[in-house]
Amino acid sequence: MTAVAENTRADAGTQTDDAPGAVASFEVTLKIRRYNPESEHGENVIWDEFTVQAHGTDRVLDALHKIKWEQDGSLTFRRSCAHGICGSDAMRINGRNRLACKTLLKDVNPDKPITVEPIKGLPVVKDLVVDMEPFFASYREIMPFLITSGNEPSRERIQSQADRDRFDDTTKCILCAACTSSCPVFWTDGQYFGPAAIVNAHRFIFDSRDEGAQQRLEILNDKEGVWRCRTTFNCTEACPRGIQVTKAIQEVKRAMITRAF
Amino acid sequence: MTTTPSAQVIPSPRDPYARRKTTRGNYELYSWVFMRASGVLLIVLIFGHLFVNLMVGEGVHRIDFAFVGGKWTSPFWQVWDLLMLWLAMFHGTNGVRTIINDYASRDLTRGILKTLLYLAFVITVALGTLVIFTFEPCPANADPALLASICFE
Repeated sequence: MTAVAENTRADAGTQTDDAPGAVASFEVTLKIRRYNPESEHGENVIWDEFTVQAHGTDRVLDALHKIKWEQDGSLTFRRSCAHGICGSDAMRINGRNRLACKTLLKDVNPDKPITVEPIKGLPVVKDLVVDMEPFFASYREIMPFLITSGNEPSRERIQSQADRDRFDDTTKCILCAACTSSCPVFWTDGQYFGPAAIVNAHRFIFDSRDEGAQQRLEILNDKEGVWRCRTTFNCTEACPRGIQVTKAIQEVKRAMITRAF
Repeated sequence: MTTTPSAQVIPSPRDPYARRKTTRGNYELYSWVFMRASGVLLIVLIFGHLFVNLMVGEGVHRIDFAFVGGKWTSPFWQVWDLLMLWLAMFHGTNGVRTIINDYASRDLTRGILKTLLYLAFVITVALGTLVIFTFEPCPANADPALLASICFE
């Protein structure tokens, strides 16, 4: 679809704005936080501004691509699928964690420069790329896999629709780290497990087919576990998949309390 | 070609990160529950206290040495004030402890702030408890006009 639209525009020259069905195009400025210890700036962070021509249907990722491909090839960022499911391009756009591939330029006020920063709380490697290892280390700690006992069934593990619905919300997680890196408790010292790890624990704790709930509750019943959640709802606001993250954390808390008393 | 094994030259990418230690246990769970339970109790205790001291009868104008002395001769108010003191101090100290954990990221800063906090807690609770139980409502050689009526019975 996009390719067709671009071809049409190229044929019609500069007057495409008047053509029926044409997509409006505008200039947008991106203010990007740059960090490259191998450059002449060393450990210093600098802010670069780039102005590109963008269409009304373009996303922040398209603008970043345009900058990288046409203006400054050294601009570094992660993206894989570019369609909001791989979770590679979470970044802080105009002060909020979003996926660059799911954020339309027209939704983040292109009249003013749009600030783009790496997500907070994780060590920056270069420009918009952060070291995700602390995030995945927490994820691994909660054992994000099915734990069962006894013999393997010879067919599917049957589950009722109601049992499936119980944890449906938390199955949507794409591990983009938008929630964990929006959490002010995680920013402090990075020891907190973070919302994403708890969400993924929730996905198994409330799965009727899984038998590892007690172990996972034990792991999260930690000084740095669910009890560090202050219910600021930053994670719920940041989640590009619309997961009710704070609610999931509270459900894990409740499961721990009913287990303890 | 050197024979140095490359594993020694290139550190494992997963090396730098480790959770410092596991701190599992029910302590944070109980303190979380305590904060909610003591909060509800404190609402009753504090508003009861305010109502009795400020609104009943002449209200705030009758608070003087004799009023406090009279109140603390009753075991009911002794227990009430003791509960209020202890719950408020535990509740408040735990809250500030949480805030220190959230806002101070260096261990030393946390240590210093928490030491000061616990010191303040011990002094306040010890002093308050001592006063509630050893309060002398009728000190000898005091001006009789300032004393509670129970001193003359």
